[in-house]
Amino acid sequence: MDWGSIIENMFRGLIGENLIYFGLAAMGLNIHFGYTGLLNFGQAVFMAAGAYGLAIAVTSLGWSFWVGVPLGLFVFPLVLAGLMGIPTLRLRSDYLAIVTIAVAEMFRIIFRSPTPSIKKYTNASDGLNGFTRTFYDLSPFSNDKRYLGLWLGNQMWVVLVGWIALAAAVLLVWLLIRSPWGRVLKAIREDEDAARSLGKNAYWYKMQALALGGMLGAAGGMLRAIGTGSAQPQNFITDVTFFAWVALILGGAGKVLAPVIGAALLYGVLNFTDSFLREAVANDVIPDSIMSGAQVGQVRFMLIGLGLVLLAAFRPQGIFGSKEEMALDDR
Amino acid sequence: MPEDTRSIGRTLRMLFVALLVAVGVAGVARPAHAQEDSGDEAVEDAAGTEVKGTLRAQDADGEDIFLEGVEFVVTDADGNEVGRGVSDAEGNWSVPLPGAGDYSTLLVVETLPEGNSLRNPDNNPLSFSVNDGDSRPNLFPLGEAAAKTDNSIKAIQLFVDGLKLGLIIAMCSIGLSLIYGTTALVNFAHGEMVTFGAMAAYLFHASGALGFETSLIVAGVLAVIMSGIAGGLFNGLVWGALRNSGASLFSALVVSIGFSIFLRYVMLYIFGGRDGFYRDYRIQQKWNFGWFTLAPKDAFIMGFSTVVLIGVGVTLEKTRAGKAMRAVADNRDLAESSGIDVEKVITWVWVAGSALAGLGGVLFATTEAIGWEMGFRILLLMFAGVTLGGLGTAYGALFGSLIIGVFIQTSTLVIPSDLKNVGALLMLIVVLLVRPQGLLGRAERIG
Repeated sequence: MDWGSIIENMFRGLIGENLIYFGLAAMGLNIHFGYTGLLNFGQAVFMAAGAYGLAIAVTSLGWSFWVGVPLGLFVFPLVLAGLMGIPTLRLRSDYLAIVTIAVAEMFRIIFRSPTPSIKKYTNASDGLNGFTRTFYDLSPFSNDKRYLGLWLGNQMWVVLVGWIALAAAVLLVWLLIRSPWGRVLKAIREDEDAARSLGKNAYWYKMQALALGGMLGAAGGMLRAIGTGSAQPQNFITDVTFFAWVALILGGAGKVLAPVIGAALLYGVLNFTDSFLREAVANDVIPDSIMSGAQVGQVRFMLIGLGLVLLAAFRPQGIFGSKEEMALDDR
Repeated sequence: MPEDTRSIGRTLRMLFVALLVAVGVAGVARPAHAQEDSGDEAVEDAAGTEVKGTLRAQDADGEDIFLEGVEFVVTDADGNEVGRGVSDAEGNWSVPLPGAGDYSTLLVVETLPEGNSLRNPDNNPLSFSVNDGDSRPNLFPLGEAAAKTDNSIKAIQLFVDGLKLGLIIAMCSIGLSLIYGTTALVNFAHGEMVTFGAMAAYLFHASGALGFETSLIVAGVLAVIMSGIAGGLFNGLVWGALRNSGASLFSALVVSIGFSIFLRYVMLYIFGGRDGFYRDYRIQQKWNFGWFTLAPKDAFIMGFSTVVLIGVGVTLEKTRAGKAMRAVADNRDLAESSGIDVEKVITWVWVAGSALAGLGGVLFATTEAIGWEMGFRILLLMFAGVTLGGLGTAYGALFGSLIIGVFIQTSTLVIPSDLKNVGALLMLIVVLLVRPQGLLGRAERIG
């Protein structure tokens, strides 16, 4: 058992790439759920929007990187928010949950479709790559060196940009939630009828919250595509949404910093169990009949499922949240 | 393979449609099927490297006939001819090869008997590679190409296929709808009950893990019972406890999602990522009804699920338990105050709904592959059906599911079949835009 690499992987989870991708996605969910009370079970498709917005623009259409970024960050998420929100935001909240999960699956099917007219833009299940050059050309780091003992130059560049994005997002959410706009969102979460009777257009505010949170998710997805060098449908399956959900609930919905801390803790734990099990399987501490190398990857999904069940049942307010603020009524 | 062929249409054209749809439907479901369904050749051990095959077609009565005197020319990677072969009276042909390497086989189309043609002319010549000492089978399926079928006949066939799919979705989604009606929970883990049923039957029927194997019918009955028990247990251990603790709608929803992911990956862990198939009734001769064809198992699925669904309807309308279920779904407080044991009713809803979902899974798995994600895919179709019919109403679930099933299948007339589920999910969105309470639901506006 190589404990050094296990600890290193755990550390990488606490501060590394996944913290950034899923921290941003969870901050988006925090706007949706933590502040507005919207149940978005399709954050994965917003992440995919960021990834594919950039990838399709650069790789398939040959446009500039700097056109692809706003396309993935703003245009695609806006369209998605409209598609999900217009039919459902006037209805009971579980309809939004159903539609978001359906839209996520719908776009995953489309992205992986081998139909030629679609494949020429998305390249089916192989996904797109070769859209990151402009980004890495800006990197001040050398690829021959290891930084902080963890990352090569290009990875370090992604992580640094990610940290900056995360900090900017935290600041943005903090400012927005302190603003009158943010107070309306909270009012809608607490009592939509009361907010409406004060003359606030709840539908419109919910729409804005859905789009804004989706854009944060898109930022996470775009960074993920840049970091892994490819936009693949497999990276944005529906279950990916719930990594962000666990991060959010773990930290505590309705707190600005909670999603970041939740994502860090989540990936600390996941990376630890993952590399621990891999080492244990490789060194025959766990016999092959009980767990094979391929099954290790499945354990993290079980942990996510179990984590959701236990958190939602026993501590829905998470580590930092307060129960009073999260006492969602059955709308 | 049962031989009870009943031919109604007599023209060759019908025969070709039949052949085509058989393979076409299997091909849509899983490309791998098409390979296996047409792979009638027996692979035998033979000394020496060779390529071989059996040419068979079906006459107007659906009987196999073997094509004699068809020539094959095999060339190596550089285009040099290495051998020729001619099929014998049993349709068998073989060409010896000089050794391992890449070759291609050309079927000389001019030598095919009158009235026969290759189904995939693009696959002639057929490229293949062979190892030393291998006897490599080459398939040349016969029949007309898909593009040549009449669209109106295809539409009828797809309608029938859609009805079958819709009946299966309906069976699965009645539980979803009733659970929602009685407990206001949108149970995202309901799809896993479908997978559970299909896999439980596989365990008894084809896995060999228990040391014995039963027929599919016995295994199916056991699987349905197990699904019901599992549903009851889940209700008691998870959902009942959650209701008693006064958990919010949000908690319940998230628990059901987490439960769904957990169960799905546990089943993946145990079952593995590959597809499983039942052995019984796997390949059947289709009955030809003229306008459409139907394998006996599909006819059974449709008949049986209709009977089950009518049974559910009668139970809901006529029996005390059914009336209690409807009463709780209608107004829980009123039902409770008029002396109905609500928790008991909810338990029965979970048991019956899960058993029905498990049954749906078994039936679905007789026509498609068993895989760990099958339930999740059906779940989204169930949502579409249930929303279309009206969330919380048993008859709405039935009605909406049938429409969704037919819609999915017939939509493949205009859109590629790999996108057919997209249409159903889009329909879900459109329904919410136009008539959010569904076709049979009562209007209530919230928010």
